[in-house]
Amino acid sequence: MTVSFKNGKASRRQFLTGAAAAGAGTVAASVAKAAGDPLITEKQVWAQATGDGVDATPYGLPIEFESDVVRRNVEWLTADTISSINFTPIHALDGTITPQGCAFERHHSGAIEMRKEDYRLMINGLVDTPLVFTYEDLERFPRENHVYFCECAANTGMEWAGAQLNGAQFTHGMIHNMEYTGVPLRTLLNEAGIQTEGKWVYVEGADASSNGRSIPLEKALDDVLVAFKANGEALRKEHGYPVRLVVPGWEGNMWVKWLRRIEVTNQAVESREETSKYTDTLADGTSRKWTWVMDAKSVVTSPSPQAPIKHGKGPLVITGLAWSGRGAITRVDVSIDGGKNWQEARLGAPGSKGAMSRFYLDINWDGQEMFLQSRAHDDTGYVQPTKTQLRDVRGLNSIYHNNCIQTWWVRSNGEAENVEIS
Amino acid sequence: MSKFLNSVIAATLLASPVAAEKFGLGRAALPEEIAAWDLDVSPDGTGLPAGSGNAIDGDELFAEHCAICHGDFAEGVDNWPKLAGGMDTLDHEDPLKTVGSYWPYLSTAFDYVRRSMPFGNAQSLSDDDVYAITAYILYSNDLIDDDFELSKDTFFDVEMPNADGFIIDDRAETEYAVFTEACMTDCKDSVEITMRALVLDVTPEEEGAEEAAAEPVVEVAAVVEETPAEPEVVAAAFDAELAAKGEKVFRKCKACHQVGEGASNKTGPVLNGVVGASIGHIEDFRYSKVFGQMKDDGMVWDEANLSAFLAKPKAFAKGTKMSFAGLRKDSEIAAVIEYLKQFQ
Repeated sequence: MTVSFKNGKASRRQFLTGAAAAGAGTVAASVAKAAGDPLITEKQVWAQATGDGVDATPYGLPIEFESDVVRRNVEWLTADTISSINFTPIHALDGTITPQGCAFERHHSGAIEMRKEDYRLMINGLVDTPLVFTYEDLERFPRENHVYFCECAANTGMEWAGAQLNGAQFTHGMIHNMEYTGVPLRTLLNEAGIQTEGKWVYVEGADASSNGRSIPLEKALDDVLVAFKANGEALRKEHGYPVRLVVPGWEGNMWVKWLRRIEVTNQAVESREETSKYTDTLADGTSRKWTWVMDAKSVVTSPSPQAPIKHGKGPLVITGLAWSGRGAITRVDVSIDGGKNWQEARLGAPGSKGAMSRFYLDINWDGQEMFLQSRAHDDTGYVQPTKTQLRDVRGLNSIYHNNCIQTWWVRSNGEAENVEIS
Repeated sequence: MSKFLNSVIAATLLASPVAAEKFGLGRAALPEEIAAWDLDVSPDGTGLPAGSGNAIDGDELFAEHCAICHGDFAEGVDNWPKLAGGMDTLDHEDPLKTVGSYWPYLSTAFDYVRRSMPFGNAQSLSDDDVYAITAYILYSNDLIDDDFELSKDTFFDVEMPNADGFIIDDRAETEYAVFTEACMTDCKDSVEITMRALVLDVTPEEEGAEEAAAEPVVEVAAVVEETPAEPEVVAAAFDAELAAKGEKVFRKCKACHQVGEGASNKTGPVLNGVVGASIGHIEDFRYSKVFGQMKDDGMVWDEANLSAFLAKPKAFAKGTKMSFAGLRKDSEIAAVIEYLKQFQ
């Protein structure tokens, strides 16, 4: 319910699994001993005995060796785990699509269980004919597929006042990127017939929080989707099964889950989530509202505090994610010296509006410490700012929409730490 | 093949919708259906229901329904939201944003209480109660007198201190025009570390988190395996299947109560060992008075007392601060008690 973005008391020492295991000289695997690598010279059990049959796993989960690639939450952030948030393990993923099972969750009254048969979507307000749709009705409208990122406005919010959390998962993990299947909202609004006084839609979820947001009609008629599939399969319960709203490029709170009602109105409702929360307080005490768009942002996901370099000097893949709510990512620059000098990274694929891009910089690491940074550009000409640039405009109390350049201090032993630099 | 493709394309063209075409799907929403769901209230008062309430009535209602999280004086408990205070702090370090100091519209407070509160029992209050609780929040912020009768007619007599404190997103002017430079070489002279996350040390420990997540599952599985060995004895003492159902039911309790290894008192007392314990057995928890009385009377949380309490908390323990309305089904009550038995 309330997310406080500063931890009052420093609690305990932390030992991140990766960082603890890291260290220089863990290069044994690549050096063949005189007698040869037993993994090669000796017959292994998997090469002799048989494995699982096709009936062993009707729906597969990741193999046990990947059990650390999971969502994590930060206990001190919220009063409980029902009205709370967790973080995508972006430090351990590659490519751009986030698997549903580890995509971050944000609930205001917990993830509810609703059957498709019990699902109803109402359109009311300033329309010619208020309508009710069932799930089956939605499946009969022409549908579209689009890849979009969903980023919580508070992503990186804990870092406004200084470097706080040690890991890309925690600093940048309130985000996921999926291929959505759904019906354009404009199709459903057209079915009801929007009256001329209609200027906004108010969208509302079916859970007990009754989370609702006002969206200008122009956006609602543009690219908003009423989605029921993600990455090819049904939405997960925690992401709004059976139906959620997809509001491309705009803050995650507007992507209402368990979507049950769309009301055409002539004014913004100014609900709790669009006044007391998700508004950005500036240094002079005034606050920005209706700051819906998520600006261009990027982060190096590896190496990073939870993904240290374990192989010593030599060839090193630096990789990360970039995204912009205003346009396609056109370029990402990477600096290894804290922003003194930059070089253009390679994009995994051409950028697409509202979707994540993966970038790579392949270097020959000399084993010296690095201050790793990345800087995104989008096709509007916008360049991701430094934290100093943002603070100069907004001060320290903004909480939301922190899209600053992130710095990882990578030491010569390969361990990395979240730092702020001059 | 090409004939087939052509016919597919032709069919596609015929079926593709033009902008204004309707599909005739869905059905008309009935007035009573719209009335049931369309509860939002806008800044100009659109959507405000009939009814009224004042802070004197609101005080009692707030204590009963809200204080467990928000405090008796709306000052907030633990990390739960503070609803009062913080006037003139918005330009300070760590501003305190409350209904009084920050919220620009009174409609928002009324709307939120009516649609989304109390936490865990939303939309259970009457419109009069919502007016009274809203009045109490205003009174706690020194914005009205305690006998001010809040209603549709008096709603706009209340001035919200931060009503003029908001501007519409101005990033296009203040940021987009500025954040366009991308220096590539010799961009600065030196790089010094000014702050380190490891020094602050607030990142969760990963191993701990994994253990906590894995453990309950292991425990339940172990019990299931043991069951066939001694069916009579184990079945009488503990029903693993029922306990697993109870774990789901317990989600309703989790907002306020912890149980299991490492559990501690939160808004409600820790529930380890509660089944069979004397009522009010946790020494460092501040119970409602009624539980102190029950403790003095030697009452015990046996299954009968637990069942009665969980069915109607306020009937069993008159004056309890626990805001939870109770579990509706006997099967849920039995399951959650079975679940709690594991943590002795």
